[in-house]
Amino acid sequence: MSLVVKDLVVDHGAIRAISGVTFSVQARTLTAVIGANGAGKSTLLRTLSGLNTATAGTAHWGDHDLLHGKPESHVRQGVSHVSEGKSVVAELTVEENLDLGALWRRNKKEAGESKEQVIQLFPRLGERLSQRADTLSGGERQMLAIGRALMSKPRLLLLDEPSLGLAPLVIEQIFQTIRGIVDSLDLTVVLVEQNAMGALKIADNGVVLNLGSVAATGSASDLIADPAVRAAYLGY
Amino acid sequence: MIQLLNTILIGLTSGAIYALMAMAIVLVWRSTRVINFAQAGLALASTYIGYQVFQIVDNYWIALFVAMAAGAALSAFIEIAFMRLLLKHTSSGPIASVAPIIATLGLLGIVKAIITMIWGGQDAVIKPPLSNTGFSLGSSTLVFSPMKLAIITSVAVLVLIFSLFFQKTNIGLALRASAYAPEIARLAGVKVDLVRTLGWALSGAAGAVAGLLLTSNGNGSFSPESMEFSLLLISGFIAAVIGGLDSLVGAVLGGVVLGLVTSFVLMYISGSLFFIAPFVVLLLVLFIRPQGIIGVKAGRRA
Repeated sequence: MSLVVKDLVVDHGAIRAISGVTFSVQARTLTAVIGANGAGKSTLLRTLSGLNTATAGTAHWGDHDLLHGKPESHVRQGVSHVSEGKSVVAELTVEENLDLGALWRRNKKEAGESKEQVIQLFPRLGERLSQRADTLSGGERQMLAIGRALMSKPRLLLLDEPSLGLAPLVIEQIFQTIRGIVDSLDLTVVLVEQNAMGALKIADNGVVLNLGSVAATGSASDLIADPAVRAAYLGY
Repeated sequence: MIQLLNTILIGLTSGAIYALMAMAIVLVWRSTRVINFAQAGLALASTYIGYQVFQIVDNYWIALFVAMAAGAALSAFIEIAFMRLLLKHTSSGPIASVAPIIATLGLLGIVKAIITMIWGGQDAVIKPPLSNTGFSLGSSTLVFSPMKLAIITSVAVLVLIFSLFFQKTNIGLALRASAYAPEIARLAGVKVDLVRTLGWALSGAAGAVAGLLLTSNGNGSFSPESMEFSLLLISGFIAAVIGGLDSLVGAVLGGVVLGLVTSFVLMYISGSLFFIAPFVVLLLVLFIRPQGIIGVKAGRRA
């Protein structure tokens, strides 16, 4: 299984957000998509998960067409998206947020195992199962958002800015966890980040977006070493 | 003393009916962010269907059950055949937030016209299943009757079933998640469109029960032009706003508060203020606590 995106074009009304993006992601790898604000990173993920509509191009996860169909059907094909800004339902409890991700799963026994797995991964969530999600700290909420996505037993996980608004130590912890789940679960991750350095450090590969186009792709270590990328995105 | 007891019990009875209507309005608001003025028309249509069934089987409770199912089906039908398209076409632009609401007003007119075409403008009667003669308390007789007790009990049971359904079942969880954060629900795999239709169906069922119980709170007669049905819509709407529009618990509280206030105004101040009281309550709430008594913080509109 791999993610293959070809000549993807996405418009927001009259504005072209993504103009001809092509890249691919191998199974069980972590790819960081970096770029400045407005580069089209979030739009890219939202299009892959079915929230936004593409104007042209193709995108496939294995043989599953990502550009046609709703998010709820993509989830059933193993594609989960954690949208920007701690995507949890504030009014629900931690446990309800987790259960939400597995509602569609027929096999309730397996869903229960996923929950145990998530709680093992994020013990803090296990201690707060009956608390409302809006009582959690920013980092815990991000863990919950990722946990909710894992409850859908994804093969491809799309993460949008998990570091947003978090303290440096917490960011470090979240990034390590993300690396950990790629290594331990059979999982492919596309990680969109403004925190370019942090993301590239844990990633296998990177895609640099600039104003809706791919400015550079390559292995994460090559990108970190690339003087142009360093100057433009890594800040030194 | 007797008067006070009467006032409270009458207030609770009409409050229970308002509460059901408020729940109906909240259910639609939560699932599609539309104030459904056609709700009164649907409640009326369901009541007529209940009337038709009552003619055949002569059993009030079966009629109530069929009316509930019919209300659910009608409401779901309107969501699928009409609102879904309308919301898609008016999702942006200056009229985006008003168009659906005005459309439901139009629907109200259409539904009422259809009802009049089918059943005529005459009064129909569904005989209340229980006596409307008040209980006696010592030497005096209360206005509170077995029928009124049955109304309160039915509403309480229905509210209990609804809240258990929402809090304890998977579908209930899907309904709540879709109401609070449709996008996240969708990303979690919830078929939000289906869940919305279900929200409308539940709303139609609640409205139908409100309609039928409303007739039984009086002598059982009603017509497309019944004052009571117009009042039911207004009271239900006001009760829903008092309760914060987003909360089922709030809707029930709002209904009870409104029922009690109007009852006290009627019994202790003046009958002529009866129709003004709900609006005064509404304005007071909007001025003092615009988010409603149980309202969620303003700004959340996922």
